[in-house]
Amino acid sequence: MIKTAVIGLGKMGLSHVAILGAHPDVDLVAVCDTSQIILSAFKQYNPKIKLYEDFNKMYANEQLDAVFVVTPTKVHYLMAKPAIEKGIHVFCEKPFSLTIDEGEELVALANQHKIINQVGFHNNFIGTFRELKRLIKEGVIGEWFHFTGEAYGPVVTKSKGGTWRSKTSEGGGCLNDYASHVVNLIQECIDRPIKVKGTLLKKFYSKEVEDGVFSSLILSNGLSGTLSVNWSDETYRKMSTSLMVIGSKGKIICDATEIKIYLKEENKKEGLAKGWSIKYITELALPVNFYLRGEEYSAQIDYFIDNIKNNKQGEINTFEQALYTDKVSQMLINDSKL
Amino acid sequence: MKMDRVLFGDNQFFAVNHLSDEKSRQQSMRFKDTKSIMYVLDQAIDLGINTFMCTTHDRIGEITEIMRKNKPRYQDFNIFPSMPYAHKYANAVTELGIIGTIKEYVPGNLFSFAAKGGLAVLNKDFSKLMEMLIDAEMKMFKGVKTPVIFIQNVLVDMVLGMGMYEVFAQYHAYIKRKYDAEPGYITMNMPKLLDALESVGIENPIICSSINKIGFRMSGGIGLYEQYLKEKTFRPVAMQVLAAGALRPKEAIEYLSKFPKIESVLFGASSKAHIEETKMLIESSFQS
Repeated sequence: MIKTAVIGLGKMGLSHVAILGAHPDVDLVAVCDTSQIILSAFKQYNPKIKLYEDFNKMYANEQLDAVFVVTPTKVHYLMAKPAIEKGIHVFCEKPFSLTIDEGEELVALANQHKIINQVGFHNNFIGTFRELKRLIKEGVIGEWFHFTGEAYGPVVTKSKGGTWRSKTSEGGGCLNDYASHVVNLIQECIDRPIKVKGTLLKKFYSKEVEDGVFSSLILSNGLSGTLSVNWSDETYRKMSTSLMVIGSKGKIICDATEIKIYLKEENKKEGLAKGWSIKYITELALPVNFYLRGEEYSAQIDYFIDNIKNNKQGEINTFEQALYTDKVSQMLINDSKL
Repeated sequence: MKMDRVLFGDNQFFAVNHLSDEKSRQQSMRFKDTKSIMYVLDQAIDLGINTFMCTTHDRIGEITEIMRKNKPRYQDFNIFPSMPYAHKYANAVTELGIIGTIKEYVPGNLFSFAAKGGLAVLNKDFSKLMEMLIDAEMKMFKGVKTPVIFIQNVLVDMVLGMGMYEVFAQYHAYIKRKYDAEPGYITMNMPKLLDALESVGIENPIICSSINKIGFRMSGGIGLYEQYLKEKTFRPVAMQVLAAGALRPKEAIEYLSKFPKIESVLFGASSKAHIEETKMLIESSFQS
């Protein structure tokens, strides 16, 4: 059994706790948070789990194999560093680091101490996006011409105060929250962005942070495309993320539920007809043992736990990949000020 | 009380489509006013459907208002609420945090509650907080028959994963006591949930879960689901029977009829022909 703890019991933290709690190979030994109301709920309803307000005390008292750092980005470094130094495997929520220096140090430390590391970019565990990546790398749409990466949703739809998500200094804002998911998907499914142009960080309702992120990205393979993200769009019931790639032989449009492929000629190898083909998540979802809100949330945890069991660093959502996404976010911020 | 064989769902009205975000948006345009929802619901009623299972979406309040104003037509009609409308809270938690969300959704109550001893009281009495949230969600159903009241899968599976089974026992008792109704549970992890409910002394519970031939959203595996459907004591409601559209209705319903224990089948549709066809298919398959 992998002895695991979770630091930070917000929305994602509780979601991880539930998935870990149901995982057959995980012994969820402790949780850590400063909210009395949350801690007392655990005390009352699941007294087997030990409660901590101080993560250092938890690291000292518990023999942990793994820890989930699910706090606001600004304290990721503070909490992940001592864990890595103790040889504890770390799953960290996204965005990974608030400053590039801190991120670089964590990547180096993780390599030095040989701990399994992963960051919660869960879209990389959605069957449709995995299929998109496979198909474009197989050359199904030929030479790539252009891409768009988009995400829309109803997080901030009126002017009022909020949580840490409304403060840039703590890792909030649409860029850190919504847009980093899209940037990461572009980076992992297509290629790494190396240059950004004409970035607009627009405020609609928020006072301190941007609600929309719009930019042109140039990838390391030379392909360019468009990023368009808005978390103040109430025409969407929940966050909707999509990628489109068009090339010499056709086009693919992909979101979390379906992948639509248009081909100028039939592709026999892939069994794809000329014209439109649609594949649905029903055939592409990764089977999971316990389901909460989407297969991808369980699948990413299964992957992390399997890697720990096999003592082998994974290739999906490493600290280094997540840090690269942070670097692109920094490029977007810098470019928006030009 | 035995539930109807056919339960009419509401996903099609509120832009929930597990297969396509794009279809969701089209639905959201078609059903943008309550009149268009009522039109379909009335067609379903005329086809003999007598139970509407719906999330506690704000717009359901407009539908129950119409029902209260037209008592003779709707007085025997059942609504099975399923609470809460999770995205409302999820978006609120992202924006306001957990305490902020509680303040937002139980404002009046929380204030008077706070006056009696503040959050310290809240800390020690979660069942009271749960009761206040349930009451807030149930307000819109005043004067409407709600013989079964469900909790949504996100919440059920969250509590299940966290191992806080006593929450189920408290919910169960409160729904029976306050609303004189049967508590129901929606889940994506049916076998695990049934074990959990039994462990806190809940017998023969109503459990609504995905049941379909291809094992879509049947976590724990289709084999275990089939075993539970054959051997265990509970009142299954089948949902996602078409596996979000991956199965044809006929083969989907034929599969369900292998499990006579299934008490009800939940489905949603927006055209009269489609409602009629699916209802007949379900009723005839379970008769034979």
